[in-house]
This record gives sequence, C-alpha cells and structure tokens, in this order.
Amino acid sequence: MADGSGYKRCGAVFAFLLAALLLLLLVNIASGSVSIAPGEIFRILFRREGDPTNCNIVWQIRFPRALAAVLLGGGLSVSGFALQTFFHNPIAGPFVLGISSGAKLAVALVMILLLNQGRPVSSFEMVLAAFGGAMLSMCFVLAVSVRTDRMSVLIVAGVMIGYICSAVTDFVVTFADDSNIVNLHGWSLGSFSGMTWENVSSMSLIILPAFLLVFFLSKPIGAYLLGENYARSLGVNVRLLQTALVLLSSVLSAAVTAFAGPVSFVGIAVPHLTRNLLRTSRPVLVIPASFLGGSVFCLLCDLIARTVFAPTELSISSVTAIFGAPVVIWMMLRKKREG
Amino acid sequence: MSDSYFRTDDLTVGYGKKALIRGIRIEVRRGEILTLIGPNGAGKSTILRSVSRQLALLGGTVFLEGRDMASYSGNELARRLALLFTDRARPELVTCFEAAAAGRYPYTGRLGILGKEDREKVRSAMELMQIWDLRDRSFSAVSDGQRQRVLLAGALCQEPELIVLDEPTSFLDVRHKLEFLGLLRNMTRERRIAVILSLHELDLAQKISDRVVCVKGDRIMDQGSPEEIFQEEKIRVLYDLPEGSFIPAGGGVELPAVRGESRVFVIGGGGSALPVYRRLQREGIPFATGVLNENDTDAAAARALANELFLRPAFEPVRAEDTADACGALLRCERVICTLRSFGPQNEGNRELIRAAEEAGLEIER
Repeated sequence: MADGSGYKRCGAVFAFLLAALLLLLLVNIASGSVSIAPGEIFRILFRREGDPTNCNIVWQIRFPRALAAVLLGGGLSVSGFALQTFFHNPIAGPFVLGISSGAKLAVALVMILLLNQGRPVSSFEMVLAAFGGAMLSMCFVLAVSVRTDRMSVLIVAGVMIGYICSAVTDFVVTFADDSNIVNLHGWSLGSFSGMTWENVSSMSLIILPAFLLVFFLSKPIGAYLLGENYARSLGVNVRLLQTALVLLSSVLSAAVTAFAGPVSFVGIAVPHLTRNLLRTSRPVLVIPASFLGGSVFCLLCDLIARTVFAPTELSISSVTAIFGAPVVIWMMLRKKREG
Repeated sequence: MSDSYFRTDDLTVGYGKKALIRGIRIEVRRGEILTLIGPNGAGKSTILRSVSRQLALLGGTVFLEGRDMASYSGNELARRLALLFTDRARPELVTCFEAAAAGRYPYTGRLGILGKEDREKVRSAMELMQIWDLRDRSFSAVSDGQRQRVLLAGALCQEPELIVLDEPTSFLDVRHKLEFLGLLRNMTRERRIAVILSLHELDLAQKISDRVVCVKGDRIMDQGSPEEIFQEEKIRVLYDLPEGSFIPAGGGVELPAVRGESRVFVIGGGGSALPVYRRLQREGIPFATGVLNENDTDAAAARALANELFLRPAFEPVRAEDTADACGALLRCERVICTLRSFGPQNEGNRELIRAAEEAGLEIER
C-alpha cells in the first residue's frame, strides 16, 4: 500500500462494516414476535418513552441480546485471528482446534456441580471455568503442534478433542437434574438468548480489554507474519508474543463459550473474509475490522436464528456453520491450488 | 584490529548443548564483505545464526562496535544488524512495499505506522534495489530473484551497520545471482555496511569477498583474502575434491580426469583446446596433451582433465627434449586433435608434433 488507493479501500470497508453494524442492531431490535417500528425504537432507546411492554422488550431482552452478539462475535473473530497468527495458518480457529469444546465441557461440569449444591453460578465463575477448559484443550493442541509440522494433523487432532469434549459434555448433561438440562441443553448448542445486562457488562469487561491488547500487539504480529526468526531479528520478543497470543485467544473464546456456548466457524471465516475485503494483512487494520466483521456476522446469524423459523429458535452454531463452513472449504481448496 | 566493526572471540557454536565448531575468531570492518565457504552441513548457517543472536552461544563472545552483543537490547541490535535468511514466510495479501517496510520496525511507534520519513527510506531502499516498480505487487507472487531483492531492501530499511545473509543466492539463476551480488557489493561500499554471508558459488565468492573463511565441519580451516584462500590445494582439501579439479583462475571446478591408456593426443594452447578437453572427458576418453606452458589458459583445465600432461614452467621456451617426450606419448595414441590454426616461434615444438603424427600415419583432426 504505497499509494492512496489502499487507504481509500480500507476506509470504505470500515464505513461499510460500521453501517452494517448499526443497521443490523436496529433490525435485530425491531424484529421478533412483536415488531417494533424504528421510530419507536429510537424513542425507547434515547428518550426512554413509549409503550411499557415494548420498552421492556427492547431494554430487557433485545438490546442486551444484540449487544452480546456484537461483543461475542467480535471477540470470537479476534480469537480466531490470534490463533491463525500463532499457527501461521488461516484454517486455525477456536472451534476447529477444540478450544471452544474444552471450555464448554469445563463450564458444563462446573454448572452441574454448583447447581446440584443449589448455588447459582456467577458470570465470573463461568468464565473462569471456561478459561480453564480452553487452556486444557490449548495445551493439548500445543503438544500436538510441537510433534508435527503438518497443519492437517493438527486440525484433525483439534476436531477429535472437540468430539471427545462434546461427548463427555453430553454424558454429564444426561446425568444432570431435569431442571438443569433445559438450561444446559440450549446453551451447549450455542445461543445468544437470555442475555442480561449483568452478562453484557461482565463480557465487555473481559472481551474489550482482551481485544485492545491484541490490537496493541499489531506491530509485533505484523513482523511475526513474515517469519518467527525474522521477527526476532527485528527485536520482537517472540516467546512473549506467542504466549500472549495463546492466552488472549483462549480468554476470548472462553468468554464467548461461557456466555453463549460454542459458536462455530466465526473465528476462521470472519478474519479471512475481512482480510480479503481489505486486501491487506496489516494487523493494525485487520484486527479492528475482524472485530467489526465478527459483530456484523453474529448479529446477522442471530437474526436468522431467531426469525426464520419463529417462534422456534435455531441454535446460533447451526446458522454460523451454514455460512462459515463453506468459506472454510473454499479457503482450503484455494490453498491447495496455490500449492 | 581495533577498527573492525564486528569481531568474535573464541566463539563456540552448536545446537542445544552439542558444540559443533570451536575457537571461531572472525572479524569484519564496515564496507567489507566476509564470506563463509565450505561443504554442506559444515556449520556455515550455525555460525551465522549464532553471531546474529538467533542461536544461543555455547562459549566465547561476539563484539559489535567493541561492545558485547549480548548486552544490546532487541531494538538496539535491530538498528545495527539486519538478517536475510532463507526461511522467511510468504504470507498472502502482503505487498512488496509492506514486506520491505517491515524493516522500519525498530524505528516506528507503538502501532508500527509508517511516517513520511519512513516511507521515503523504504522508497530509496527499493529504488536502490531496482524494485520500486514492484511496490504494489503481492510479495508471495513475485519471482525468487525479486523476492531476494525485496528482502535486501527490507534489510536496508533497517539502516543497519552489519548485514548477515545465509546463502542468499541459492535459488537464483545466474543472471539474478550476478545482479543480487552486484547490488550487495555497491550497497556495502556506498552505505559503509559490514557484510557477513555464506555462499555456495566459489566463483562468485572469489569475486565479491574481501575476506574468506573456510568452514569445515568442526573448525575454521583457514581464513584470509580471496587470493590466499582460492588456491587449488586449499579448496581441494576444504571440499575433499580430487586433485586438480579446482581452477583458481576462474574459481570454477572441472570433473575428474578419465584415467587409463591415453587414446587421443591433443595439441592446443591459448584456450583453444578447452572445449576438446571437456568433450573427451564427457565421452570418457583418456587423453594426453602438451606441450603447454604453466601459464597457458589451457594448462589449468588440462591439469584437471588430462590423463598425461606435458608441461613447461611459465615463460620458459619448450626444449627439444620436452617435444621428444610428448612425441613418445603421441605415437602411442590412436588419434591426434589439433586445435591450433597457426604456429610461431613460441610453439615450434607443436608443429613438430603434427609432423611426427603425419609421418606415423595417425588420424589427425583439426
């Protein structure tokens, strides 16, 4: 990008993503079993006046849910970006590497354990459990990665970890109390439903700082993209950067899993699509654009999950998979063709 | 030497805890090129990685500007030392400009955004490498030769005082090898940069280097000026070559001679017989040749390729007895090849050889 055309393009992409984000926020709040006109939404949001029922729907249900989709989608996408950077491979992501499933298993275990003791689980405890599970899967993936240079082996290992964790989760869910199952079952498939303001504020306390930290690593990440040894020769502390990438991507995907369950393919598909939209790999642009892209993608998928077969709600993972998986297949085919 | 920019003191290098090469003492001044040569697996890369802090030292010290390299911070070192190794990744969606601009890393701020001055420096480095036209092309899509020049431009952007390159010409064709090394040579002089590199191509190493270090397995076998190092015997021992196969004059190598009863006698001189020697070698025919003076262009190749060689010291006239010896060998051959078009007082003996062949009724190819 030695000339101005690249900057114009990036500006246009950011403008597009922001516009799409705002539009989808509005549409997500407007649509559902009760339709609310945009004008009324503005009145409810900015002046807090209007029909009390609609006011409740907007403030207590739809607005927190939409904000959660924004935060979780962005977090997931940046988590995928960090993993792709770490493994030098665009097909890495928290879901295919089994990190989301590890987090899911840990959360399910903690929930059942605490609920059986008749104690509600706080957001913080959920995130902590998810982080523990994510790190456990991550350690396994890292152990595999030092034994093989082949990315396909790593991905297969990750998918297998995912299956094992899911199987164990199903197993413990089966033995949980009836009352817990309803909650757990919906959650273990992935869903943005039932988000409270407490959830939104705790997830933003985790996701936003983690995102900012990744963003401020843009410069070393850019050098790291050109090779580990080269980055070291430029004065990058490679070990520290790698540790930061692993921890931050685990924190982000753990936070997402704790609040919404496992959400598939966002972490791979969105950074890839964003890079191609921007036509650059410069992390200082790709990281914020990926966050926005993830938000837009998840808002759209949540809208589809809620409205297409209303009143039945689809799991968010089914929708993201339908859009995300083809992108991954396309990427793999393209990679093969290039050699 | 106090004016050396880079110096190692009794360095031991290797992987893990296993010492590979001990007692390394090399130095290089600014504006000078130091070349490591030696067989594959001799440890050239290990030395380069160790002296550039990519690999932990197993003993000894590396000095940069008289200061222990270990005491430099990552950023301080990156402003002085640039690396060009072959293991660079080729990420997608990175332009050549961006790849070269990565060299500004030690100078840019928190987010690595390039300022006006940075862009100017990238541009001037790319122009020096004659790749400014490629600035918007994808780094993963350009040719190997272009990629190496982008990397060298990136190294220049670091404004280093020392550049370390590991076999930078390995994947380049002959034209790009020459271009690359030419650019490196100019840059070294113009910007007063010290250069340490490893090369496979002895002919190029001989021409580009100010100092040459011979690395052989477990030690530094020898070091010195190219004139001191590129001698038949030293190179032969370094690479375990058969006798005579390295030709110091051009830095080239010849295949080993075909041995046995000489079947062809070649009369030549002044470089005219060279193609014939090589053809006979290819066809597996042992041959005799002479009489040549040691300083004849043909003599160097004849040393490597001829089964029997009749040689006179440089600038000495060919005596009657030399011609007689050669004639004896000629009469035992089946065939004579003469590559000379004219004879004069300096090679009167060769005219006699032709006459003897004609008298003996040997087949003569001219």
